[in-house]
Amino acid sequence: MKLSREEVQHIALLARLGVTETELERLREQLSNILENFQILQQVDTSDVPPTTQSVALQSVVRDDEVAPSLPPDDVLANAPQREGEFFRVKAVLE
Amino acid sequence: MQLTIHEAQQLLRNKKLSSLELTKACLERIRQVEPKVHALVTVTDELALSQAQKADRLIAKGDAHPLGGIPVVIKDNMCTKGVRTTCSSRMLENFVPPYEATVVEKLNSCGAIILGKANMDEFAMGSSTEHSAFFTTHNPWELSRVPGGSSGGSAVAVAAGETIYALGSDTGGSIRQPAGFCSVTGLKPTYGRVSRYGLVAFASSLDQIGPLTKDVTDCAIVLNAIAGYDSRDSTSAPYPIPDYTQCLTTDIKGLRIGVPKEYFVAGMQAEVEEALRAAINKLKELGAKVEFGVSLPHTPHALAVYYIIAPSEASANLARYDGVKYGFSYQETDNMWEALEKTRQFGFGDEVKRRIMLGTYALSAGYYDAYYLKAQKVRTLIRREFDQAFEKYDALVTPTSPSVPFKIGEKIDDPLQMYLSDVFTIPVNIAGLPAITIPAGFGDGLPIGMQLIGKPFGEETILRVAYAYEQATEWHKKKPKI
Repeated sequence: MKLSREEVQHIALLARLGVTETELERLREQLSNILENFQILQQVDTSDVPPTTQSVALQSVVRDDEVAPSLPPDDVLANAPQREGEFFRVKAVLE
Repeated sequence: MQLTIHEAQQLLRNKKLSSLELTKACLERIRQVEPKVHALVTVTDELALSQAQKADRLIAKGDAHPLGGIPVVIKDNMCTKGVRTTCSSRMLENFVPPYEATVVEKLNSCGAIILGKANMDEFAMGSSTEHSAFFTTHNPWELSRVPGGSSGGSAVAVAAGETIYALGSDTGGSIRQPAGFCSVTGLKPTYGRVSRYGLVAFASSLDQIGPLTKDVTDCAIVLNAIAGYDSRDSTSAPYPIPDYTQCLTTDIKGLRIGVPKEYFVAGMQAEVEEALRAAINKLKELGAKVEFGVSLPHTPHALAVYYIIAPSEASANLARYDGVKYGFSYQETDNMWEALEKTRQFGFGDEVKRRIMLGTYALSAGYYDAYYLKAQKVRTLIRREFDQAFEKYDALVTPTSPSVPFKIGEKIDDPLQMYLSDVFTIPVNIAGLPAITIPAGFGDGLPIGMQLIGKPFGEETILRVAYAYEQATEWHKKKPKI
């Protein structure tokens, strides 16, 4: 189980994570080693076993849709790196 | 300041001590030992002093809650309105939440005194606090050793007497392992027992908040205050909450306690095994029906299950850190994609990046079935095994960790070795069970913890066994000389 440079680059792109050349090589080694150890799971027979997504079996949790005050815009925007009026300012998506 | 909650409560009620005096004493202790242990990211002196004055007025009127006027430290991944909440990450270094986590809201309504926010591994990913972006917390029993993690700051603040108690969070052992490493009491409640609203998400199907305290009685008092249904957390359990202090009796005659053999394996330190065998004998002496030879055969698979599921959930949860709404934001470019990638490159530390990459891989096209789905299926088998064991036993007993606290730097370059230090605590999160760690001895002067695992929503039973053991031993009374 050895990941290639291209595979690691592809995962980094999916995760939108910038990585340097050194990081790329280190991640390739470490992830390969970790995934190698996870091969142990392939020995377990899970043919008729359903997956567990969550340990406490609660079904269809819904609450009444009640009107309640939201946070004031200024509070929400207080942490914004860039704001414009009552909006988060973002970089241009379409050039 | 080595008072417990119940001792401090008595002194406050009998007017032998005011909350202001108690708070000032804790802040003084923080000033004294913090340069050695580095347990706290933020100290909220002014907030604490003003809360203490308010608490004293309530106590004078005679209507204080059992936690009223008593200082607490909160792990820095729980939102505190107006007080920065960093997750020990550059990404959130300047993040000031606009709302309170439910647990903080509950403690506030009890009149608790918030002393500050505790250091942790970045985004709760780690077992030693060495992955904090700011500094490493040191174990007060031996400063060259790790305190455990990720709630290492919380455990040390309690052990070193900086606070009366603390809150931590536990995704794979992050309350219990540091509690064991620092010789304090730590409880991970059943998944769903305590609201996760306002807890910065790491792995949503595993995360749970719980107390770190100086004894079992305190643990029950804090659980009373923080447990309960919350409509703002859709995984919060809609079940009634008992008074957990009512189950604290020293009588455990006839209780059936199982010792799973997979938790006593090669590679465990001899001192740990010895201490645990002695602790198990003590439980027998107290009248519990202890049986060896319980088997949980999928235990060796738990680590792989965890390190697939937790990073997968983390990779999705941490996608929100995009430099737009809050947190670190790379601004030196006009390109949207470059800004996003650089924000995450410079905002996250190595371990967080490693887990995001691991999780993204396990969820990606072509690997989902082999990793993520497979892990969820083995998760089912692990749960079933525990269910079966609990048909025969009221509680299971294991060591908390395979070793005493390791040296700072010892495992930092080998992620897999670091992951192995959680091998006994992880299965509990996978199955969503409650478990408590209590002091059970020392090896060469370093703490050893015993873990008691209970049925879902069976906190009362493990608190009872823990209390009986604690009352029959002196380990919890030993304090580090610092």
